[in-house]
Amino acid sequence: MSKIIASAGIRGAHKIVDRALKKYTEMMDTHGGNTEVGFPNTGYYLPCIYGILGHKIEKLEDMKPVFDRCRTLLPPMVKERIHLPYLGPALDAGMAALFAQEMEECIRYLEHPEFYTRGEDIADDNIWLGAADDVILRKRGVEFVDGTAPGFAAILGAAPTKEIAAQIALELQQKNLYVFMAGEHKGVRFSEQLVEAGTEIGWGTRLVSFGPDVSAAVFALGFATRAAMSFGGLEPGDYRKILVYNKDRVFAFAMTLGHVTDEWYANGLACVNYGFPIIADTPIPEILPTGVCTYEHVVSDVPHDEIVQRSVEVRGLKVSVSKVEVPVAYGAAFEGERVRGPDIYFEGGGGRGGTFAVEWATSADMDAIEDRDIKLIGPDLDELGESSKCSLAIKVEVAGREFQEDFEPILERQIHHLINFAQGCMHIGQRDIAWLRISRAAFDKGFRFKHLGEIIWAKYHGEFGAILDKVAVTIYTKEEDAKKILEQARAAYAKRDARVEGMTDEDESVYYSCTLCQSFAPSHVCVVTPERTGLCGAYSWLDCKASYEINPTGPNQPIDKGRVLDEKKGQWEGVNEFVRQASRGTVERYNAYSIMEEPMTSCGCFEAISAILPMCNGVMTVDRDYSGMTPSGMKFTTLAGSVGGGAVTPGFVGHSKLYVASAKFIRAEGGIARLCWIPRALKEELKDRITAQAVRQGLPENFVELIADETVSCDEMEIYEWLTEKGHPAMTMDPMM
Amino acid sequence: MSKKKSYDNLTTQLIDLAAEKKVSIAWDRLEEQSPQCGFGTMGVCCRICAMGPCQVDPYGNGPQKGVCGADANTIAARNFVRMVAAGGASHSDHGRSVAETFIEVAKGKAPGYSIQDEQKLLALAMDFDVEIGDRSINEIALEVGEKALAQWGEQHGPLVMTRRAPLKRQQLWDELGITPRGVDREVVEIMHRTHMGVDQEYKHLIAQGSRAALADGWGGSMLATELQDIMFGTPVPAVGSVNLGLLEKDDVNIIVHGHEPLLSEMIVAVSMTDEMKEYAKSKGARGINLAGICCTANEVLMRHQIPMAGNFLQQEVAILTGLVEAMVVDVQCIMQSLPEVAAGYHTEIITTSKIAKMPGAKHIEFHEDQALDSAKEIVKAACDNFQNRKAENLHLVEGSRDMVVGFSHETINYLLGGSYRASYRPLNDNIINGKIRGIGAVVGCNNPKSTHDEYHIALVKELIKNNVIVLTTGCAAGSLAKEGLLDPISGGAMAGETLREVCETVGIPPVLHMGACVDNSRILMAATAVVKEGGLGDDLSEIPAAGAAPEWMSEKAIAIGQYCVASGVYVVFGTTWPTHGAPELTDYLFDGIDKEVGGKWAFEPDPIKGAQLMIAHIDEKRRALGIDKKKERVLMDMAMRREIEGGA
Repeated sequence: MSKIIASAGIRGAHKIVDRALKKYTEMMDTHGGNTEVGFPNTGYYLPCIYGILGHKIEKLEDMKPVFDRCRTLLPPMVKERIHLPYLGPALDAGMAALFAQEMEECIRYLEHPEFYTRGEDIADDNIWLGAADDVILRKRGVEFVDGTAPGFAAILGAAPTKEIAAQIALELQQKNLYVFMAGEHKGVRFSEQLVEAGTEIGWGTRLVSFGPDVSAAVFALGFATRAAMSFGGLEPGDYRKILVYNKDRVFAFAMTLGHVTDEWYANGLACVNYGFPIIADTPIPEILPTGVCTYEHVVSDVPHDEIVQRSVEVRGLKVSVSKVEVPVAYGAAFEGERVRGPDIYFEGGGGRGGTFAVEWATSADMDAIEDRDIKLIGPDLDELGESSKCSLAIKVEVAGREFQEDFEPILERQIHHLINFAQGCMHIGQRDIAWLRISRAAFDKGFRFKHLGEIIWAKYHGEFGAILDKVAVTIYTKEEDAKKILEQARAAYAKRDARVEGMTDEDESVYYSCTLCQSFAPSHVCVVTPERTGLCGAYSWLDCKASYEINPTGPNQPIDKGRVLDEKKGQWEGVNEFVRQASRGTVERYNAYSIMEEPMTSCGCFEAISAILPMCNGVMTVDRDYSGMTPSGMKFTTLAGSVGGGAVTPGFVGHSKLYVASAKFIRAEGGIARLCWIPRALKEELKDRITAQAVRQGLPENFVELIADETVSCDEMEIYEWLTEKGHPAMTMDPMM
Repeated sequence: MSKKKSYDNLTTQLIDLAAEKKVSIAWDRLEEQSPQCGFGTMGVCCRICAMGPCQVDPYGNGPQKGVCGADANTIAARNFVRMVAAGGASHSDHGRSVAETFIEVAKGKAPGYSIQDEQKLLALAMDFDVEIGDRSINEIALEVGEKALAQWGEQHGPLVMTRRAPLKRQQLWDELGITPRGVDREVVEIMHRTHMGVDQEYKHLIAQGSRAALADGWGGSMLATELQDIMFGTPVPAVGSVNLGLLEKDDVNIIVHGHEPLLSEMIVAVSMTDEMKEYAKSKGARGINLAGICCTANEVLMRHQIPMAGNFLQQEVAILTGLVEAMVVDVQCIMQSLPEVAAGYHTEIITTSKIAKMPGAKHIEFHEDQALDSAKEIVKAACDNFQNRKAENLHLVEGSRDMVVGFSHETINYLLGGSYRASYRPLNDNIINGKIRGIGAVVGCNNPKSTHDEYHIALVKELIKNNVIVLTTGCAAGSLAKEGLLDPISGGAMAGETLREVCETVGIPPVLHMGACVDNSRILMAATAVVKEGGLGDDLSEIPAAGAAPEWMSEKAIAIGQYCVASGVYVVFGTTWPTHGAPELTDYLFDGIDKEVGGKWAFEPDPIKGAQLMIAHIDEKRRALGIDKKKERVLMDMAMRREIEGGA
């Protein structure tokens, strides 16, 4: 009986469009058509409208043609007797509602600029986050790309009680899904229920309180639309591909809690266009035949204790939930959760109260260790007591026939997020600068130090089972023991660093491809070399090597680099051949070390972008966390739009942050000496590495101080003057163009 | 004759009235003709040359050869492919006049007509390699029209429209040497090859029959539909109604009957003008009520929701209501008896085509270059006749059914996904998952040898009960509409549970009205769209589908059947079969030709058994595709997502 749904949805869409149009007319009268409008810090305008219609809304009057389009899309109401086919028209009504709501929310930003907080976190007096800006999109999008977040649940309404709300949210988190929340039921909202239940919400815990009204659901679809453009490399206006991309690759669904109003139905119909099904807790009509969505379109009357599992099945999503024997919830969604103030039961490392925490993974002989030998040497949490602090060392010994020393740092680096995945554990840093907090709630549920070992043991076996056979973990909580481990670890780090730093592209004959993100960016392939990490920053050459060992048919494949065609620019016969095949002939060759001549293509996941500054005879580098203007006249988001999606654009190249300090950083154009501008925060982060590299290349030791940042200026002319005054080496180099 | 003449109640009332008034109608004449010639019925009477007529005894007792030596297979095959030639010629000649008018429209020399569907014109322009650029619509239309018209006289081929078929099908046609070269050429070649003493190998004759039939389905017919849609608008879903109860007592009732919309479109336009409405009033009527019969009815029903008074076998009885001021006819399926039936009534039978006249009818020739004037003259003549109505002749019948019409293959695409997700995916998906078992195309005529409407209705009810979705055209559509099968609610109630579920999702009836008999090309295009959408094989012969023409009578039905068979479709005919006297030929058509072209014929006089044959064929195709078993739900992980081919 989807006629009821079509009728209600069409009715709802009419209401939404009428209301938005009324608002628009008022705003035209009060503000005028020339008023600038938009969502904060995004290169995608109003993303649904931009993606689907290819239309940019920059000024209020730009909305006019979209309202006209809404009008033509809105079908007449469904007749009772001898009705006409309604599926197509109802889906159109959903899109009309979507466009109208997006404009309505945009007008809200104009009318009440403070209605939504900006950024990832809720404020003390405002839990409504509003549209995700492009920084969030890029950062979170990468999780969709690499699979740490398989999709999202868009929740409308509220659960019957705050406990049920918290339980549903927890289950969704355990399945690594993002939860996008909007709308209300009987004056209650899911987001508010979570806050009342003491659940931490915000982007960090993947519980995203978009807005109080149903219209805020448009932010979820806006996120999905942008994902298709930024990671799928799809052009704005290529609506069919954008929608099908979402159906095939973004595993999202809508969950309605409470009475489904006409407007909810209209939003539901918009979701169906994206291939996102609707799962309701109320007995609304169902639409079970498949087609527009992969499986059912509407499934209803699902009990709350089954609704998450049912949703995932209806969407056709397979979530591999890691089985870790700890007394708290465990999953990627808890990675961003924070433990603060009175919630802290235990704290170690980070220099808190003079404590340190060190983590060290090392290889052991097969006979030397017992698998799952988890030891605690020193007092446990009970003995330490409430609000305690102490130094901590975690030593992980790994043995396996296939295990190589080179894999140690890779395994060690996992400890950070593996511990963070446990609810109530907050982990920061790595190696000897780690910092751990354990919450009171986790302690109360029975969490103890040995569970850190359980986590590491279980996850190492789960993810690296192919290269290891035994894992033993020892946790030291006595200062003197921890110190001993600290010394041993530091010696190991030094040896390791020397090995990694000494690794050059010239030394290795095999590079690795990375197609991990092809789930999201189907046309992109990265070539990872020792001196040029994957452009997402997450995969180094060693990571790829280990990944290949673990899964020989997986996303990282060895590439025999073959004959060197151009050493300076970084071009190899074998790599060209590989890229030609992988790009199906669209990219013939590329230079790994050049920004000007046939630079590497990019997916949407790059950490940073370098762009030529012609006047300065050099380049600037901007990372995705920097949301301000850059001297190229474009923000990161705009730059990302022009280099992403597999486009080759001379003068622009996407890469990892670390690549800036690589000996191979735009070597064809003269290397790091060309770096003229970089955001201050990134400069701080890379300071030591840049200096080291600069010195190696014969540049002055204070080279970092010669690089401009936003505190100097974001105007290229002014920067040029500043650089000249400082005597930046680029000023006297050969012309770049 | 003891069996019921019509399944339709209103028609039955009027058949009884005819008997009462001693008006001879088709059923009476059939009775007078009975028993009909057995040799003719079985296809083994040859009157091609003057050495004959010759008959071959199908039971083996009498002569087995004609005077020239032709055996039963040759004789029946020649007769059969001559039916294809005549049927194909009828559709195609209709198409030719559409193309000619189209060219005049593009030149601006056919006032009253215009280009209504520019998108469809541009799509056709691409088929014909006509440059679009920034040329004006009329310029493009002119070149498209001229290139289209040239298809009739094309000597080498392939016909451009055949390149729309799935690639595998095109290759097969090329391999078999049956890709049609030119629309006219294939018909002429049939006439040559069936002349005394030419082609005398039955399979070889049937192959030419296939080629000529394809020149109809993927040539003349398809171009007729395409160009008509461009000129008159591609049909979209609309509510229409059917049956004789729609004739209005107070209005001037004009029935348009025949096939070509060139005329009827103009009559629709003119009858809606205030001038004509006033004129009707001046003659004492309330207004003008236009209604259709036969395929003209389908054309104006789809595009203008003009009521359908009835199908083929209702043309005579419609006059018996005493309400019809004029029955305006053009070409095909018009009974010569109409003026005689009308003799006792005031009804004026008006012939309009340059190529079709009848004794006793008034001839007002329709000229495309003065279309509106011609139409006005016809409508005026009808209005003038209103005052001649005879009260003693009035026999009002009451009743009609509503229906949803207008399912062009383009509109199906839209309906299944809206403006942004339009595709055949939901149809394919639901065929694959078994909610829809398969597709049945039920088309064709009426034939008094079979209870009017009954076979259509019984067959289709059986199909939809078994979750087979049905596409329909022509007079079959009229039958099914009268039973409420084209109404999403009453039709849906008769469908099997899973088909009903899909229909309710989309809001469609289980039987989709796709147009007139010339529009069977729409079914070919819809089937091609299913193949191209993917998941159901690479060729039309692989999809779980079957066709039927249960109550056929016209040579066009044989042409349509043959182009479907040659396109890979299984086709079931009811009522009668024209080659029974030639067992080898019949065996070949029923079980043999499929080894070559993928499709084959069947004959089944019982509607339920006919439906079961179609369902069995559909099930066989489902098995071959491996979709006969329920599939487990696939849950995707990231690795599987990376495997998705070629991106979005």
